[in-house]
Amino acid sequence: MSQITKEEIRQPENLVYKKTELLTDNPLSYCPGCGHGTAHRVVMEVIDEMGIQEQTIGIAPVGCSVLAYEFMNVDMQQAAHGRAPALATAVKRLMPEKFVFTYQGDGDLAAIGTAETIHACNRGENIVIIFINNGIYGMTGGQMAPTTLPGMKSSTSPYGRDVALMGNPLKITELIAQLPGTLYVTRQAVHTPAAVRRAKRAVRKAFENQKLNKGLSFVEIVSNCNSGWKMTPNQSNEWMVENMFPFYPLGDIKVND
Amino acid sequence: MTEEIIIAGFGGQGVLSMGKILAYSGVMQNKEVSWMPSYGPEMRGGTANVTVILSDERISSPIINAYDTAIVLNQQSLDKFEPLVKPGGLLIYDPNGISRHPARTDINIYSIEANDEAARVGLSKVFNMIVLGGFLKLKPIVDAEYVRKGLEKSLPSRHHGMIPENEKAIETGKELIKAKHLLN
Amino acid sequence: MRELKLMKGNEAFAEAAIRAGADGYFGYPITPQSEVMEYLMAEKPHERTGMVVLQAESEVAAINMVYGGASCGKRVLTSSSSPGISLKQEGISYIAGAELPCLILNVVRAGPGLGTIQPAQSDYFQATKGGGHGDYRMIVLAPSSVQEMADFASLGFDLAFKYRNPVMILSDGAIGQMMEKVELDEQITRLTEAEIIKNTPWATTGKTKDRERNIITSLDLDSAKMELHNIHLQEKYRQIEENETRFETIQCDDADYLIIAYGTSARISQKAVDLLRAQGIKVGLLRPITLFPFPSKPIAELANRVKGILTVEMSAGQMIEDVRLAVGCKVKAEHFGRMGGIIPSPTQVVEAMHQKIIGG
Repeated sequence: MSQITKEEIRQPENLVYKKTELLTDNPLSYCPGCGHGTAHRVVMEVIDEMGIQEQTIGIAPVGCSVLAYEFMNVDMQQAAHGRAPALATAVKRLMPEKFVFTYQGDGDLAAIGTAETIHACNRGENIVIIFINNGIYGMTGGQMAPTTLPGMKSSTSPYGRDVALMGNPLKITELIAQLPGTLYVTRQAVHTPAAVRRAKRAVRKAFENQKLNKGLSFVEIVSNCNSGWKMTPNQSNEWMVENMFPFYPLGDIKVND
Repeated sequence: MTEEIIIAGFGGQGVLSMGKILAYSGVMQNKEVSWMPSYGPEMRGGTANVTVILSDERISSPIINAYDTAIVLNQQSLDKFEPLVKPGGLLIYDPNGISRHPARTDINIYSIEANDEAARVGLSKVFNMIVLGGFLKLKPIVDAEYVRKGLEKSLPSRHHGMIPENEKAIETGKELIKAKHLLN
Repeated sequence: MRELKLMKGNEAFAEAAIRAGADGYFGYPITPQSEVMEYLMAEKPHERTGMVVLQAESEVAAINMVYGGASCGKRVLTSSSSPGISLKQEGISYIAGAELPCLILNVVRAGPGLGTIQPAQSDYFQATKGGGHGDYRMIVLAPSSVQEMADFASLGFDLAFKYRNPVMILSDGAIGQMMEKVELDEQITRLTEAEIIKNTPWATTGKTKDRERNIITSLDLDSAKMELHNIHLQEKYRQIEENETRFETIQCDDADYLIIAYGTSARISQKAVDLLRAQGIKVGLLRPITLFPFPSKPIAELANRVKGILTVEMSAGQMIEDVRLAVGCKVKAEHFGRMGGIIPSPTQVVEAMHQKIIGG
């Protein structure tokens, strides 16, 4: 087997993959090993492949992905904590021909923004919600999130989440799947190449759904937070598979056509 | 000309709509008007009142505490507004359900048995127009043709078939109104 | 001649908003302003002009819908009353920080807390000094008639877009609920997407090949940049003060005494001026129409000529602070007001003028 040099790799004929132009050249602000970068890539590749960059408006949340607009090369709005679905509702209703998505974490979507999430879903707004669930508040330093697992440690549950004291984790994705306004509700992950491919198919379906005007598409991506969980990236992915997936099982939850 | 009027009674008696028809009639006759309701959770059965001002000049305060005319349709409203009629002013009341009658001697007082009449002819909906007729007999501040236009503007078009009955009620009110106490 | 109608203040505002070419209204019911959304829903503006009207799940959601719509360069508005306006402060701060145009109507009721549904003017501080977090200002218009409720809808949109700034119409339960004669403007055609892109090139309308992506945000983690942004905002507010101060003077030319009042209190005070003049006392009225920017200069000039100033507010005395800043120590300035939803009567204003200013 012949060796290939660094110079040869860079030749156009040897190019096998490149970053979509819908991701900017700004260095990602996420911790190395975090799933956000991959999730960003999946969403932007779908928009690129669908050729809808000029018609797409994205809404960034508050949390680790507050700066999503630095990396996503589409017109973006930055919402107050939890309010992204309200912004998206107005954008889509005022410009129904556009593609509108929100990108939100679990604290943003499932705690402070619960009302906005549930009512946008229930009204059947023709938008896509991308929901990154890593079971923790990453940006503010690893506090307990609505999705933190029972017994899981965080900076505000340092001895583990005591359900009797702190309440149960919220399976908001199962909850919103009950609402008549949602068309497609799925739970994915981006920790392996196969998972990324499945997640991308789900995101594509969600954006394609916007053309149908039949309701909201909701893609949860269960992700890791190696910094907040105080693990190496590999450990955190293993921990996610062993602990998060049993509680938040992957796969489609609701598919209406 | 400026006429400052309070109309008060139970919710559901048509107090606010009587004021609105009077105000709209004024608008149609190119007068300045204001219509300031008491508002609140009482929809029916509680007390309701509205201050209506018609004037040939720009109206300053839509909220006042002395009235040229008080039209009162229940005991609470009589008790509350009788003292607020300007000396020399006018008080009109329906004696139905009234146990303590007005007692002031420095104002003109009229009664109108509109409730009984509306019940007699089976038209409780135009009760308020009978009262309005009584008022317009004493103070013809808007002409009949503009009252008709006011009715047209105030009533939803699906109720325009009721306009002749309303006009008839106004005429009835003009006949029913009776002097109780007159200044010399 | 413009179309003549008898309307409630709330209804006149709603109708005028449609006619001003509004693209979207987002609201939540609360007394005493619910007629705004009721009127809009009954009018089917989607059929008349294509305007979107949506009842949100909360005031918080409603103002954030306004934030999203304004980010797209649309003419969007919301309305509420005091407790609901408190909930909207988060969104207003973001809108001011991101420099977005929008219209917010506050039909003020008495507080604090749930208070009561009767009229008050106790949200003056909240409207003019901030309300939400951070150094920002709204342009605040104070209507004192149903006609101005209508007129300020289009004026408000014009100012909002001229300065890329939220505009609040600070009304009260009395102006919202009362009916007066109102002349309405002709319908303005809503802007097309091409016109929006031309007028507001910063709007998020979709990134085309010929420009960089548009970002609407109030965030900058770099403090040096954030300070520059704040300096820019303050410069804009000084410009607004320079250009947009509005007020009305009534019988001030020969006045020995001055009443300063806005909104419903100005109407009551106007009657008090007539009553005082009938007593042979020369009193004038200065009515601020913009509360931010506040008409400090004309008040300072009048303070050189009069013997005393009475402010009349349906509050514990909030605007009086701005009046005293304008007047300095030149002349006595006192407050008279009622609270808790009580509207002062013209005769009470007359008595207050005697007790606090003339005889005081």
